[in-house]
Amino acid sequence: MSTPTIVRVWESEFAVYRKIWHSHVLLAFVQPLLYLVGMGLGVGALIDVNTDSSVSLDGLTYFEFLAPALLATTAMISAGQASLWQVLDGFFWGNRYRAMAATPLTPNDVASGLTLWHATRTLIGVAGVAAVLVLFDDTRSWGLLVAVPAAVLTGLAFALPITAWSSTRYGGGSFPTIIRFGLLPMFLFGGAFFPITELPGWLQPVAYVTPLWHGIELCRGAVIDSVSAGNVAVHLAVLGAYIFTGWAACRITFARRLAP
Amino acid sequence: MVAAAGFTIADRNGRGAVGVGPVRSIDVPNAVITARDLRKEFGDFVAVDGIDFDVAPGESFGFLGPNGAGKTSTMRMIGCVSPITSGTLRIFGLDPERDGPAIRARMGVVPQADQLDSELTVVENLIIYGRYFDIPRAECRRRAAELLEFVQLAERATERVDPLSGGMKRRLTIARSLMSEPDLLLLDEPTTGLDPQARHILWDRLYRLKQRGVTLVLTTHYMDEAEQLCDRLVVMDGGRIVAEGSPRGLIEQHATREVLELRLHRDTVGDVAGQADRDAAALATIDGIGDRQEVLPDRVLIYAHDGEAALAEVHGRGVEPVGSLVRRSSLEDVFLRLTGRTLVD
Repeated sequence: MSTPTIVRVWESEFAVYRKIWHSHVLLAFVQPLLYLVGMGLGVGALIDVNTDSSVSLDGLTYFEFLAPALLATTAMISAGQASLWQVLDGFFWGNRYRAMAATPLTPNDVASGLTLWHATRTLIGVAGVAAVLVLFDDTRSWGLLVAVPAAVLTGLAFALPITAWSSTRYGGGSFPTIIRFGLLPMFLFGGAFFPITELPGWLQPVAYVTPLWHGIELCRGAVIDSVSAGNVAVHLAVLGAYIFTGWAACRITFARRLAP
Repeated sequence: MVAAAGFTIADRNGRGAVGVGPVRSIDVPNAVITARDLRKEFGDFVAVDGIDFDVAPGESFGFLGPNGAGKTSTMRMIGCVSPITSGTLRIFGLDPERDGPAIRARMGVVPQADQLDSELTVVENLIIYGRYFDIPRAECRRRAAELLEFVQLAERATERVDPLSGGMKRRLTIARSLMSEPDLLLLDEPTTGLDPQARHILWDRLYRLKQRGVTLVLTTHYMDEAEQLCDRLVVMDGGRIVAEGSPRGLIEQHATREVLELRLHRDTVGDVAGQADRDAAALATIDGIGDRQEVLPDRVLIYAHDGEAALAEVHGRGVEPVGSLVRRSSLEDVFLRLTGRTLVD
């Protein structure tokens, strides 16, 4: 019985991850905890007292509103970062993907194996957030079991398109821009900290096409049981479109880079 | 006979090597690699311009040439990581386009730049690489231990790769390429950038592999490396093969037994024009000595059967060079003869 080729690629990624897993897990656990305490409880106390949150947040406390969204934002940040320098390194500096391409593995195997790895790594990070949410009464819910896979899909919706981009690069010059003007604005304005209905009218359609908002809606809906079936289908379709497009792009860019 | 078979060097060489008969670089029985009119283009750029060669089992075969000659492009096509543009290429009788993974499963590759996982330890690098070939983990560990002995890195097994010297990393890369116990080993400039001692250790290991029957295909722009390692080699220039043969055979065919190197003047400061005149006069005086002369910017090479006798004649004609050296001809001279240029390191 031979090991599937994508698992062989995955093993390689995992072997490297084992060297740095503590920092990744710690970050995935500590960062949402800080946001939850600082924003959720601290800022939340002001909001819940001074506004009628039953209107502005669909009856949720600010903590309930924010906490599930952190699953999706953590997935985005974790997956996004793992798709920049680390991917370029495999093609350009360390060349581990080139080394793989010299073995029976094909560029497609590398792309698919890396996809499987992105999903695993995102899952580990999101599980850290889920562990934090379990600590609080308001967010301890069976819905987390649905929200975690939804967050992993959100992560992949970022990981694959960004991986495709990184695999065409010869330097990381564009990466800080992607973080500052792509991921960070989505983190701040994508519906995690306040409903996107609060955005200026012209910005709302932008939020609708970003994968993050759909991921947040899915996670929030799963944890506090507030999303309709029809909306679930739309959210999944948008995330699926990003994932599929990114994966298709990776297959092309990996082949171009590894077998020119 | 196919058009490609039995081509002469004059066909492939603008300078037209005089008095050279047909060279049979192909039609080797049971060839491990067979290439016919192999081409590789990147857009308008022709990297490999229609080459033919065969590599026999157990043979040590070299591609020699300067940077940009098309060696690496050829190696990447053989390594099944670069689709051919046109022509025919068969490795183990298989077609790279269709059977790439099957071919690569039987082949070890030592790339020009090390591609080690710097985060992992020496032994982890080997095991992870073995897993790409789906070799069971326990077997990977067994082979890794054996190979680390072979490349003299056993005592570094559990150390990280980063602090290793260039020579050690190179040896680890070779160990890694051997994890799959390949029948064919591709080495792209295996010793470029290494110090002389590290090169000799590496050559020794490669020689042992050859003795075990592994077919070696390597590129190099070092003449001494080609002479050390290759049973047979092709000289490439501008994407074409300009000569083919054994190192000794090529030297006998394209150079004389000995070479007299003359340095006519010291580095000139100031009177450049006057020096040029004096050089021209000296060159005119020594004209005709030896079989052939090559004038390089810093020296004159006189190809002669007897270098000492040629030097005596230079003195006899009243020319006193500031430096002279008689040496045996090398592949460097072959390359100069075939292309009119020196190899650039």
